[in-house]
Amino acid sequence: MNQRCAVIGVGQTHHKSKREDVSIAGLVREAAVAALEDAGLDFSDIDAVVVGKAPDMFEGIMMPELYLAGALGAVGKPMFRVHTAGSVGGSTAIVAAHLVANGIHKRVLTVAFEKQSDSDAMWALSVPQPFSAPLLAGAGGYFAPIIRSYINKSGAPNNVGMKVAVKDRLHALKNPYAHLHLPDIDLKMVEESVMLWDPLHYLESCPSSDGAAAMVLSSEDVAVAQEKTTGRPAAWIHGMAMRSEPTMFAGRNLMNPQAGRDCAKDVFAQAGITKPRQELDCAEVYVPFSWYEPMWLENLGFAEENEGWKLTDSGATSLDGGDIPWNCSGGVLSSNPIGASGMLRFLESALQVRNMAGDHQVPDAHKALGHAYGGGSQFFSMWVVGSDKPE
Amino acid sequence: MSTPPPRQGTRPVAIVACAQSKSERRIEQANEVELLMPVVTEVYANAGMTKDDVDFICSGSTDYLIGGPFSFVTALDAVGVWPPKAESHVEMDGAWALYEAWVTLQEEGKDVALVYGFGKSSLGDLSRILALQLDPYTMAPMWPDQVSLAALQAQAMIDQGLATEEDFARIASRARHNALSNPNAQVANEKTMEELMKDDYAVAPLRRHTLPPLSDGAAAIILVAGDRAYDVVDRPAWITGIDHRVDAHAFGARNLAESRSTTKAAENAGVSAGPVDIAELHAPFAHQEILLRRAMGLNESTVINPSGGPLAANPLMAGGLIRFIEAANRIMDGSANRAVAHATSGPVLQQNLVAVLEGAS
Repeated sequence: MNQRCAVIGVGQTHHKSKREDVSIAGLVREAAVAALEDAGLDFSDIDAVVVGKAPDMFEGIMMPELYLAGALGAVGKPMFRVHTAGSVGGSTAIVAAHLVANGIHKRVLTVAFEKQSDSDAMWALSVPQPFSAPLLAGAGGYFAPIIRSYINKSGAPNNVGMKVAVKDRLHALKNPYAHLHLPDIDLKMVEESVMLWDPLHYLESCPSSDGAAAMVLSSEDVAVAQEKTTGRPAAWIHGMAMRSEPTMFAGRNLMNPQAGRDCAKDVFAQAGITKPRQELDCAEVYVPFSWYEPMWLENLGFAEENEGWKLTDSGATSLDGGDIPWNCSGGVLSSNPIGASGMLRFLESALQVRNMAGDHQVPDAHKALGHAYGGGSQFFSMWVVGSDKPE
Repeated sequence: MSTPPPRQGTRPVAIVACAQSKSERRIEQANEVELLMPVVTEVYANAGMTKDDVDFICSGSTDYLIGGPFSFVTALDAVGVWPPKAESHVEMDGAWALYEAWVTLQEEGKDVALVYGFGKSSLGDLSRILALQLDPYTMAPMWPDQVSLAALQAQAMIDQGLATEEDFARIASRARHNALSNPNAQVANEKTMEELMKDDYAVAPLRRHTLPPLSDGAAAIILVAGDRAYDVVDRPAWITGIDHRVDAHAFGARNLAESRSTTKAAENAGVSAGPVDIAELHAPFAHQEILLRRAMGLNESTVINPSGGPLAANPLMAGGLIRFIEAANRIMDGSANRAVAHATSGPVLQQNLVAVLEGAS
């Protein structure tokens, strides 16, 4: 970063399985307008718009940002489209933040979305390709064997995944925007839900959601001015990083990918963090299937290898008394507008350090991690935001 | 050497090495990875670098050509991102991947970037595929094809007295002639304007010769920030100005015979701040060259598309990046001092990127 960059406004839709009340343009505009209102700005104040979403086949529209230029107030401005698989919401935020941090623009609107009800993600993920192993069963079918390997390797009890599923849905009850609100959620309900991809029960999997997320990112002078105007604090970016590795090669560690470890190391070094569990107040981490919480606890350095499940098991990642709450918003397990899911993690981390997360606020949160991953757990994007300006 | 100062950003960034595949109507014997691998290998060789020298990688492509999700994911195997690399992808032409890389290299400590774009237009019916770029509620259901939309634009230009069908044929004639000296071109021959005017209409007023070829191809560029560029090549192609803008999507909301986004991007890139020796314009249809030239205010002294341009070779998603390569090569070999590279995306020039490339004086 050449200069400081802050999140000065955030907005998100109410995520649902079908948002039949709005078009795609209406959906993204709902989030964008909310972010601008939070920032105390208007579309006319924005210098550039950066859009992200997962594969275009999810809606059946090629490069939908072209059609969205008007709805996002981008006409006459630079408009950019990022696509890095499931990590895209996070990558999009980083691409937008680079425009500010590297001195190109002062006020950037970034938006990510998915309207899953317009198509069928399971189908779109399962188109056979020549010379490629077919997924056939969507993302869950790909990740289930990796999870099984993790359970075998770490010696984790079989119910740790179910505990994550319950915890994140309890968190979601405190988040009015979350898709899933399951007031009766408990271990029994998860265990009795249908087995989708062994060892993943239906309730250990993310939902299919329509939804959008938006943020306004700005330079330091704009952030300071808008804090005065709106009376709402900015979240300052302390570090951001992306890493990728190939999908398949002999000897690849699928349970604890090197790219994730490298990305975490980079972002924590930028933010001056050496002990993430102690130095961060909370984290919003991309956990679309329950077992990815213990796996990412290890990958991100919150726990030693094979020990991640112990944090989950002990309640350390719960908003209710845990020392390092993960996914206080309910996470991807409670809302999954795929293209926006990563940006929601980044957005929620900013909300926490702005002390604006409402009922799912971690008291006095000053530093938080936002995380997204995608592809065959091979693309990673992360940022650390804080309530204070970085050094 | 006196490096020309950049108009945008704080750190000068240059193109130091390029590679592209020969564009062909149908490359059946190579998938996207196999198409890219020799291009990536060549660009590293041209730069005297390996992947270990690269701080950032960015690519441009679209899933809709292969008809499956994540075409960029397997394409990464052509680069071999191991150990893991900082890497990103745009669902846009490779020229916008270059833009993202240029932004990234503004940061101290990030000095070298690899950029690539690729597309196999032969895998599907491009007229049908590109119709899916249109407003999904009001336009796409009618499946308007790109040639018909371009014809509406050409007719608007004729109606406004900006061009004639003979002008279109003259551009096609020159493009084919120029392509004779471009080993990567697909359509290259000597045909006079009068001969071309005997072609049938594809969609009036566009005759066959005003349409771009359907191409499979890939392209790659290495960018270097700061004086390190001189370690790679004697005369780097410095990006002294770069900007991109988008117009309204709805055709009724804009005058199709002009391109405001191009005009604005060209102003911000500083096109008119000095003489332009050559311009590589991403004008897939002949009439669009006239439109873009007017939008940028390029005069008769500028040589347009010395490579033959997109009328000679037009791989989707790499076509804009190839304009950067053709412009940069002419800076690096000393045949031009100041060049314009342009890329377009979306229906009838909805989105446009303009850059000025300069050699050190």
